[in-house]
Amino acid sequence: MSVIIVLVIIGVIVAGGFLGAFIWAVKSGQYDDTYSPAIRMLFDDTHPVDEPVEWQEEEKSETN
Amino acid sequence: MGQKCVHCGEDCGRNPVMWDEKPFCCYGCKTVYQILNEKKLDKYYEIQPMSGIKVDRQDVGDKYAYLDNEEIAGKLLEFSDSGVGKITLFIPTIHCASCIWLLENLNTLDAGIIRSSVNFPNKQVSITFKPEKVSLRRIVEMLVSIHYVPEINLEQQQGRDTGKSERTLLIKIGIAGFSLMNVMLYNFPEYLPGGEHLSPMFLRFFGWMSMLLAVPVVFYCANDYYLSAYKALKHKIVNIDLPISIGIFTLFFQSVFDVTTGQGIGYMDSLTGLVFFLLIGKWYQGKTYRALSFERDYKSYFPVAVTLIGEDGGRTAIPLARLKENDEIQIRNQELVPSDAELLSESANIDYSFVTGEALPVEKKKGDMIYAGGRQVGSSIRLKVLKSVEQSYLTQLWNQDTAKQSGISHLDTVINKVSEYFTVVVLLVSASAGGYWLFNNSSLAIFAFTSVLIIACPCALALTVPFTFGSTMRAFGRKGFYIKNTGVIENLNKIDAVVFDKTGTITLSHRMKARFFGDMLTDRQKLMIKALTSHSAHPLSQSIFHSLKGEALPEVISFQEIPAMGIGGVINGTRVNIGSKTFVMGTKSGSDAATHVYVFLDDRVLGYFQIENQYRSGLQQVIAGLKKRADLYLLSGDNDAEKANIQHIFGQQTGLRFNQSPTDKRDFIQKLKREGKTVLMIGDGLNDAGALLESHVGLTIADDIYNFSPACDGIIEASQFGLLHRFIGFTRKSMNIVYISFFISFLYNVIGIGFAVQGNLSPLVAAILMPISSVSVVAFASLSVKYLSKDIH
Repeated sequence: MSVIIVLVIIGVIVAGGFLGAFIWAVKSGQYDDTYSPAIRMLFDDTHPVDEPVEWQEEEKSETN
Repeated sequence: MGQKCVHCGEDCGRNPVMWDEKPFCCYGCKTVYQILNEKKLDKYYEIQPMSGIKVDRQDVGDKYAYLDNEEIAGKLLEFSDSGVGKITLFIPTIHCASCIWLLENLNTLDAGIIRSSVNFPNKQVSITFKPEKVSLRRIVEMLVSIHYVPEINLEQQQGRDTGKSERTLLIKIGIAGFSLMNVMLYNFPEYLPGGEHLSPMFLRFFGWMSMLLAVPVVFYCANDYYLSAYKALKHKIVNIDLPISIGIFTLFFQSVFDVTTGQGIGYMDSLTGLVFFLLIGKWYQGKTYRALSFERDYKSYFPVAVTLIGEDGGRTAIPLARLKENDEIQIRNQELVPSDAELLSESANIDYSFVTGEALPVEKKKGDMIYAGGRQVGSSIRLKVLKSVEQSYLTQLWNQDTAKQSGISHLDTVINKVSEYFTVVVLLVSASAGGYWLFNNSSLAIFAFTSVLIIACPCALALTVPFTFGSTMRAFGRKGFYIKNTGVIENLNKIDAVVFDKTGTITLSHRMKARFFGDMLTDRQKLMIKALTSHSAHPLSQSIFHSLKGEALPEVISFQEIPAMGIGGVINGTRVNIGSKTFVMGTKSGSDAATHVYVFLDDRVLGYFQIENQYRSGLQQVIAGLKKRADLYLLSGDNDAEKANIQHIFGQQTGLRFNQSPTDKRDFIQKLKREGKTVLMIGDGLNDAGALLESHVGLTIADDIYNFSPACDGIIEASQFGLLHRFIGFTRKSMNIVYISFFISFLYNVIGIGFAVQGNLSPLVAAILMPISSVSVVAFASLSVKYLSKDIH
């Protein structure tokens, strides 16, 4: 029967992991804005955010 | 109807501006479209068609030059180090998915921007950029060029603080929920028939585990309740948090006692459930309109920086705080005068509507004193500062002890009155139950005493107000009435005096009606007048322009505008003069009312336009609705030209006062309060700020709810003004829902106490009764508000 005790302890640890994840998510501001991420995921990644300059050059060479 | 503007969706009229075969309503919209098209950002118009923002005037010039000032920039930047700067800008016009998309692709518009991200509820955009490639000023000007005009002031920190407390609450809810779920699992065998056969070893193990998990709930998640109860006690007040705190501690220590002595598993499931529900209630009630600001003081109205004119004539932008007496400053068109000053330029046209409520700009001559808060209309002027910003007339008004009596209004809340009696009764019942058993079966005495405290813990009672008022607040918000917090609802219900401001509140501040008296105007004459007035930005010209119908205006040549006198020009060879009596007739004889505009056309004076205020639609209904429950008053900073009209709308009983200064308004509210009235003040501008703060409930009417509203308890959208009496009426229904919910939760308490005094409150009964009472009260409160609020329309 003591397997239940082991299971309960594992259960608490696993759930505690999720609690930790939740706290981290709140602290890193993921709950501050629950509207825009839902919109953002629908945008196409046509503009690579990190290399705007390169992108503009690419566009030019395409049109030429 | 013409075509719709591709950029902003407004009607383009007869002559749209065309570009790329697409119609635009104005050149501003076309320019934005061109910029976006050039940068291949035209997807902006695909995500949400015609989502653009229309901006009327757009002469930026060097308005944002102050952003080049290191001191100011340093205050605005959140972070600036090793070639990377970060700033968060508040842009009230963010409104749709396209806005998010465009603002997050700012790096396409300027390569110096590394990253930008939008916080939609806060209407903020955070921009990370390389200062060596792009200056702060360039970024702001770029945003303005695509019509996302940021509102910049140095007091933007407030928003971030509320975000922090919201996060803490979420974490507390998370922890309480985590503990509740696990503890319920351990207690589950007890709930089932045959649970008593569980081996004692497990019972002890589960008991200890629940105790462990309950510790953070009791000592962290619920700590706000102890603090609040303690603070109230210190002021000799009993609030609802006191019986809650007693209940939590009794639950905890009774359970600890049960577990450590091996008598049972305790009430930890009820305890964690209680805290979890309470926190949920708090979260529900704590909904705030984050992008709205209810706490603005004068600083948010004033410019961040002023243009200082040095002795050598050079112009530099300095932060407002550094402005000293005798400094010479430059104020441009539409800028606010930040401190009391003397006019150095020949003449100025100052719009005081913000400060006094006067509808029309005032003409000032060289050497005149100009008070802070006035807005220059026309070309830029030079001023000599007479008093520092803090000592100016308007600022003084703000700084006087206008500290809202939030403390006092707090005491009167219905929940605190109830909990006062409640706590006393519960303590009496538990003491007498303990006393009874002490003489009959002393082993049960302590148990009966604690049981009563446990079961009477007013969880359902405490949830009533958050859920009823929280739902009410949401229902109001959906209908365009935003209130600061749920306490406002209760105060609104007690209102028995309503004070209105005139200009901008019951009248439309920038639209006036022009009625013509004199000869019948022919269509040709109407067109000529309209054409002439179209050249002037003066409010009187504008109202005449809007009141006349007709398109395809004739051309005006040799147009001239003489400030404070009138306008004139030649149309198709005919001389047209419009303006004051003196200007048009050339005589000073007779009275010259400011609201009469005379017309000279076809070599004679045709008559005059009388300019009248235009009242908000729905005003009649609001007045009729409010009259039944409260005394009405009207305070106006304007003259009494419209007295007869207003008396007609308000009826004879209403007290009307004209020529009221901001201080007069505040004093009047104070007088009403001394007479024992609960006062609602409805205003719109800075001139009402003192009165709004002084009143029990201060409401602001705003055409654009994100811009310029003085500190207040609630903001109502101008388009929803006609519903005001319905909103106020609804607060009574909310109160009734609260009373009924109180009754329901008392019923549960009576049942629970029935078990408790007999000394047979088992953990199971507690674990069932507490959630059921809470859930039923919450469901009743929110559903009935939802159902009843459908009537507001």
